Amino acid sequence: MPSKQRLDSNMAQKTLLNSKDIHIILHRLACQLLENHIDFTNTVLVGLQPRGTFLANRIAKILNEEYNIKNLHLGQLDITFFRDDFRRRTAPLEANSTNLNFTIEDKKVVLIDDVLFSGRSIRSALTAIQSFGRPDSIELLVLIDRRFSRHLPIQPNYKGRQVDVINSEKVKVIWKENDKKDAVYIINNN
Amino acid sequence: MKHLSVQHLLGIKYLNLRDIDLLFETANHFKEVINRPIKKVPSLRDITIANLFFENSTRTKLSFELAEKRLSADVINFSASQSSVKKGETLIDTVNNILSMKVDIVVMRHPNVGAGVFLSKHIDAKIINAGDGAHEHPTQALLDSYSIKENLGSVKGKKVVIVGDILHSRVALSNIYALQLQGAKVMVCGPTTLIPKHIASLGVLVETNLKKALQWCDVANVLRVQHERMDINYFPSIREYTQLFGINRELLDSLGKEIVIMHPGPINRGVEITSDVADSKQSIILNQVENGVAIRMAVIYLLAQQIKPN
Repeated sequence: MPSKQRLDSNMAQKTLLNSKDIHIILHRLACQLLENHIDFTNTVLVGLQPRGTFLANRIAKILNEEYNIKNLHLGQLDITFFRDDFRRRTAPLEANSTNLNFTIEDKKVVLIDDVLFSGRSIRSALTAIQSFGRPDSIELLVLIDRRFSRHLPIQPNYKGRQVDVINSEKVKVIWKENDKKDAVYIINNN
Repeated sequence: MKHLSVQHLLGIKYLNLRDIDLLFETANHFKEVINRPIKKVPSLRDITIANLFFENSTRTKLSFELAEKRLSADVINFSASQSSVKKGETLIDTVNNILSMKVDIVVMRHPNVGAGVFLSKHIDAKIINAGDGAHEHPTQALLDSYSIKENLGSVKGKKVVIVGDILHSRVALSNIYALQLQGAKVMVCGPTTLIPKHIASLGVLVETNLKKALQWCDVANVLRVQHERMDINYFPSIREYTQLFGINRELLDSLGKEIVIMHPGPINRGVEITSDVADSKQSIILNQVENGVAIRMAVIYLLAQQIKPN
């Protein structure tokens, strides 16, 4: 069994997106949302805990500061108790907080997550969001769409970048709020 | 890794502080869940839970059942008064029969001390003790501490007096363990006849003057007099008990400070507590009931997490 240090040194890390790329993509995604939702009066943005919330906050900030969208409804949804792998993982699931201080009844909901992979988290989110009412529609926005990895028939409405990576590779998104800079890496575990 | 250190919830005695922190943290999430328009999550949809109540219970049973249903578990209920226990069946036989129906978790209340521990050694299911005789009632103590923490910010350093029938109370013992584990100071107060002889060896203060006890404390957890467990008279009359150990508005007003009033229920209004106190702003009795569901969801969820799928 190789030591952790050894494993780390074996891991090849490739930068997929740097800060500038992410900056451009976030603005494009914000504009695409604007096109469809115009003044956002009937729209709510919901970031999925834990990592989708950074992206949701960023998009909301751009819409607010650069496109003057006021009173934007922004929430965080935790899907831990709705996951389909409870008791089937070696590590226990850890819950995060849910903050949805508005009704989603008849609203257009935009679910926001960093990476779309198997689609199982989104499946859980679709169930979880129903606990807060019956939305008019639900859309999905992701920064990275890992094509060809889907276990379920789920596709994003808005995507930052589509990537084709093999299953042993990991896509890691880091945000400057947490890790000092914005970047997306592809990490090869082999 | 966030796991409970125990395989069953048999008593607070077996828990450590990290277990309590994990339970409270998980209960916070479930408290948010039970305030949603749809108060249910699907986590335990492939788990079956049997509620075995060999002794009467209203709120604990309802609270457990609601917690189980909020987690989407399948639930079967059993009460001894309508069962073959009356026909001479042993506890292990009764439970094994129920387990043959593929039950994963057993929630049990039993009049005998240690019934949960006994069962956990003989059967292959998670056991949650919902009260064993006058021994432990762990989920009640957890929800009491959780309610104190919610109300006062922390349990550490707080002074809690448990007033009333300590001798026959499982709530008292579990509360003493839980509060001490979290760093609270505990006092018991009641008639000398209703205070166990060596209780001071647990590190609790003993007081027989109610006013002095209330002046000392931040929180008073008031217990009912358990007439059904009394085979002899422990005090001359209920009227005298109320005069010496009943909490009323006048007494609380004379303290010069506001303390938190708790009661695990059922309340005997006008005996250990007057209605105006039980229904006052200082009382967190109904919060305790709400928190009970969240705490029991946390207990069940964290134990279920340890069950391997078939």
